[in-house]
Amino acid sequence: MFERIRVMLMKEFLELKRDPWAIFRLVAPLVIQLFIYGYAATFTVNHVSTVVLDLDRSQASRDLISHFPATGRFEIVDNVTSQQSLNRDIDTGTAVAGIIIHAEFAKKLLNGQSAPLEVVVDGTNSNTALIALGYVSQIVTIFQADYANALGVSSGAAPGAVSVSLQERPWFNAGLEDRWFFIPGVIGTLALMQVVSLTAFAVVREREMGTLEQIMVSPISRVEFILGKTVPFFIIGLADVALVTVLGAAWFHVPFVGSPFVLLFGSSLFLLAAIGLGLLLSTASRTQQQAFALNFFLVNPLFILSGFAFPISAMPAALQWFTFINPLRYFIVILRAVFLKGVGFAVLWPDFLGLALLAGVMLGVSVLRFQKSLD
Amino acid sequence: MSGAGGQVAVAAREVRRHFGALAAVDGISLSVKQGEIFGLVGPDGAGKTTLMRMLAGVLRPDEGEIVLDGVDVLADPEAAKARLSYMPQRFGLYEDLSVDENIFFYAELFGVERKARKTRAAELLDAAGMTPFRRRLAGQLSGGMKQKLGLVCALIHTPTVLLLDEPTTGVDPVSRREFWGILYSLRESGVTILLSTAYMDEAERCSRLALMHEGRVHDCDTPARLKQAMPGVLFAVTAPDPRAVRAALQDAPGVLGALLMGDRVNLRADSAARAPELAARLHERGVAYGDIAQVEPGIEDVFVALTGAGAA
Repeated sequence: MFERIRVMLMKEFLELKRDPWAIFRLVAPLVIQLFIYGYAATFTVNHVSTVVLDLDRSQASRDLISHFPATGRFEIVDNVTSQQSLNRDIDTGTAVAGIIIHAEFAKKLLNGQSAPLEVVVDGTNSNTALIALGYVSQIVTIFQADYANALGVSSGAAPGAVSVSLQERPWFNAGLEDRWFFIPGVIGTLALMQVVSLTAFAVVREREMGTLEQIMVSPISRVEFILGKTVPFFIIGLADVALVTVLGAAWFHVPFVGSPFVLLFGSSLFLLAAIGLGLLLSTASRTQQQAFALNFFLVNPLFILSGFAFPISAMPAALQWFTFINPLRYFIVILRAVFLKGVGFAVLWPDFLGLALLAGVMLGVSVLRFQKSLD
Repeated sequence: MSGAGGQVAVAAREVRRHFGALAAVDGISLSVKQGEIFGLVGPDGAGKTTLMRMLAGVLRPDEGEIVLDGVDVLADPEAAKARLSYMPQRFGLYEDLSVDENIFFYAELFGVERKARKTRAAELLDAAGMTPFRRRLAGQLSGGMKQKLGLVCALIHTPTVLLLDEPTTGVDPVSRREFWGILYSLRESGVTILLSTAYMDEAERCSRLALMHEGRVHDCDTPARLKQAMPGVLFAVTAPDPRAVRAALQDAPGVLGALLMGDRVNLRADSAARAPELAARLHERGVAYGDIAQVEPGIEDVFVALTGAGAA
């Protein structure tokens, strides 16, 4: 048995060695994508182009407006004198946000009345709009406090008013760095994409070339063939995880506080599930084009339903159920926990169990289906 | 070696296989003796490949029995695999591996020992005229060389039964002749060869033939006896316009069949005495022709006569 698996492995690595682009194809996409995620994937909104319509032209209004660019979150690109001009700026995309200060802003403020500030945001990018609005309310709060201080009202606060002070202390990611959130997830996403497609294409290629049928008339068993075919991808997958982990920690300074052993164990289970998925794809495809199309169809939903970027708790119940058969869901939990929290099996066992079950079922089903697909 | 020439090496009994509603192999029984070169002849879709794959143990029949060199293929496919070698229409070679590496891979899969592998590979490569190309990548070989390399890989574990599915399709005449040279020397050493072919000249080289049509074997005998068994006699009528000849004669009394063969028509008639009648009929209709001569039937004529198929 081991003799035949060994010869399959020798053949696989020899083919890999013959392919001068193999190393490039295996490593470059990984590294490039890691850097793209590391630098570009962020929820932070900076330098929002903003148009200002100041109808009050008072000391107070100018003061408020100056608070906006001061934070770095907003950049004033235009000052207009009419609502029409402001609308035009938003329509043409010159500005994403518009600040409108109505007449008598300062007067109302002095009289202690509520002084309305109108903010218009371009909602076509709902995420940016929402975050920008959050910043606006922060800025206004600061402005109010400054203004109150300046007037010396703070001491004369209305009797009985209770001041609540909110202390934010985010655990595990004190700086709320998006990168710390993304990079551990990227490891799982990239390993999944690479291992599923490599496995599927490699098996379908043998089918296309006619070597699969040739191997099946030799004394090698199906299980031996599958082992010989997939062990290299398991090794490549582990190397992927190691490479991205080291780069993420060394280059992007994402902390790694957990145990490498927990990560290795989780990665192994995850890669088994990914290989099972790849084999399953290969049994449903006669040609590499078909495998490519199926892979394309599969990877995006897996990605979206993994909790990598979009919280699973916010998904409709039916889709939440779907995430339970997604190996990436469990692995991302494990990755983030190992990197940032440093917890181990005691806490993560449900995710390990889910991953192990999935790996078992996917490998089992794919081996059974593989037998049938030979006829 | 498993015995004298009379022993049965491949036996199939009432083998059937359906694909959906189509009966690809519809109850075939065969018996191939050790040391024979046995040919399966028939058009595409006759069920040759399906039968081959079942004999090789890669495809399970719906019904029937297959015994190969004394091993029940259905009950013990693994034992059968060690004794047989199956070469599909296109042998699966790893194009990124060299000739030697492909041979090494298949030898290891079959558990051929290192020493035996080296001598056997050297012999086979020499017989195939491929010794100078041992280091060349399989992907850079010509079509004929690829088929020969396939044969070398298929023979590396010294099988007793060789199953070849249209092995020379798309192979140049020189390589084909070399290929047949190897087959003959294999037969000398007692290997039983079962091959399918669509080439009628190749069919003539077989010791026995099975004429297959629509999933059944119509006749099975030596090429010579099949020719004798053909009902009637064969005339070759050469003509500038063979189609006109066929049109004029195919309904003539005593004519059993007419087959267009390039510049002539092969005409099967019930008796050699029909020749003057046929000539007269052509005169009468004003169809130009060169010559009417009685000829030895080829396998193609026999095939058409016996199966009633493919009258082109």
